[in-house]
Amino acid sequence: MKPQAILEARSLEKYYGSVVAMDGADFDLYRGEILAVIGDNGAGKSTLIKALSGAVIPDSGQILLDGKPVHFRSPLDARNAGIETVYQTLALSPALSIADNMFLGRELHSGGTFGRMLGNMNMRQMRNQARDMLNELGLTTIQDINQPVETLSGGQRQGIAVARAAAFASQVIILDEPTAALGVKESLLVLKLIRDVRDRGISIVLISHNMPHVFEIADRIHIHRMGRRGAVVDPKKITMSDAVAIMTGALTVDDTAEKQA
Amino acid sequence: MEFQLQRKSKTRAFRNFLHRYPTVIPAVTLAIAVGLFALIVGERFFSPFNLTLVMQQVTIIGLLGIAQTLVILTAGIDLSVGVIMILSSVVMGRVSVTYGLPVELALFLGLATGFLCGLFNGLLVALIRLPPFIVTLGTWSVYGAIIYLVSRSETIRAQQIEDTAPFLQWTGNMIRLEGGAVITYGTILLLVVAAAVWYLLNRSSYGRHIYATGDEPDAARLAGIKTARTLIFVYVLCGVLCALAGWVLIGRIGAVSPLGNQTANLDAITAVVIGGTSLFGGRGSIIGTLMGALIVGVFRNGLALAGLDVLWQEFSVGLLIIAAVTIDQWVRKMSA
Repeated sequence: MKPQAILEARSLEKYYGSVVAMDGADFDLYRGEILAVIGDNGAGKSTLIKALSGAVIPDSGQILLDGKPVHFRSPLDARNAGIETVYQTLALSPALSIADNMFLGRELHSGGTFGRMLGNMNMRQMRNQARDMLNELGLTTIQDINQPVETLSGGQRQGIAVARAAAFASQVIILDEPTAALGVKESLLVLKLIRDVRDRGISIVLISHNMPHVFEIADRIHIHRMGRRGAVVDPKKITMSDAVAIMTGALTVDDTAEKQA
Repeated sequence: MEFQLQRKSKTRAFRNFLHRYPTVIPAVTLAIAVGLFALIVGERFFSPFNLTLVMQQVTIIGLLGIAQTLVILTAGIDLSVGVIMILSSVVMGRVSVTYGLPVELALFLGLATGFLCGLFNGLLVALIRLPPFIVTLGTWSVYGAIIYLVSRSETIRAQQIEDTAPFLQWTGNMIRLEGGAVITYGTILLLVVAAAVWYLLNRSSYGRHIYATGDEPDAARLAGIKTARTLIFVYVLCGVLCALAGWVLIGRIGAVSPLGNQTANLDAITAVVIGGTSLFGGRGSIIGTLMGALIVGVFRNGLALAGLDVLWQEFSVGLLIIAAVTIDQWVRKMSA
């Protein structure tokens, strides 16, 4: 049975003046998988990811969500369509509490139409839902949901950002370098968290430079090269050094096919 | 998942505590100041009459401080709060007394003046993205000049207002309580405004967006908050509150004067800073600002009653500001 694609891109192109950032880029994310996107600096992978998350509008090409064409004009459009992005900077507000951060920009209101007009927040419901989400994802060392985010460790903050995405994403989460700023132990916990989120049925795009992490967690690896998809490989069937070789152009996919044969 | 929390030393724990409850410092300072002056000056300071007098004295600075708090929470500053207040009061006086139009219309046009002044500040800050300090330094001069254009440098005397538009002095009405306590309508208005702005900041999503915009604007934008709209809203609200302070000012001094209150904007910033609101944005509270205004009021009143020269009032308020900012820096360091 052919796996079902949840998010697809067909021949995306994007030019910045004479610089080609995407040169007919294709992309396929299957339902319920973790797809790692790797590529050398300047290969255009961040432009591709931004196009998928609504931060960049491609010059031409098509993006399909669940088989239907979508046209994101802003990250908000992508979010409303069920695609959450966890940015490398995490996009958390340090002085605000965990609960505030989880609902930042989409606070729950109470008191009917009038309450909504006043912006009257339903603080109890926000706190309860935030706590439930953290418990569900096993982030149990965070006892106090009213704690400001800046009192948390790097791994805990990453955990909050992932939990927030998981709470609101109905389809896809895009994670940009989630382990780049973390130590070994915290990285492993975050990888486990990502796997847990996938097991809840959410498809995940993981951008990372960390090959061991990519190979540990990814179901498939999209290798981006020169503004387009160079190859899609199975981490169980390829070595890390071959993947890097494809990424840098030292090896073509045909070469690896020969090697495997 | 067992992410380990960093081990906390006692200092760190204390800093965490101050971080969680930033109004503790102004509250303790206020309590100490009141206790100290009660001890030194005695009955003359610690009487219902004098304590409510302090309230009257800080009403205007309290209102301007609340307006200023909103702006400083967004990591901005509004140097024009004092001139917006005076310009609005001049508009109210001219429209009702000089032109003889209904006083309700005068009040409305005064508030509208504050609205427009704030809107102009907000548009420059949010859309043209000029630094708030520069924008409001400029509009401080511009609005200051407009005061003289509108007033023609004339003072409207208290008697004239009483004869033609007494409602402008309404905020100066007093409620006399047992024991000599005197509360003005202006002070009650301050408390109502403080409660409303407290609700805005602590219970409404608009407040969350104000904090987030000042704390980490990029994060706020990525979370879908319209930061430019939030900034404009804050400067407009600040302008309207300044105009309200202009009405209270008429009640307090009885007359409308284009002169005076030159340091009102600095006093407002002082109240905000002593109240524990961070000049770097994202942290602070209305209760802190009210206490900050009261601390300044208590120091000025107490030192005056103790018979010390005015210079010692300025001296101590200056030290309070430096101490407050020092503590803020230290508490903020924990996030680094």
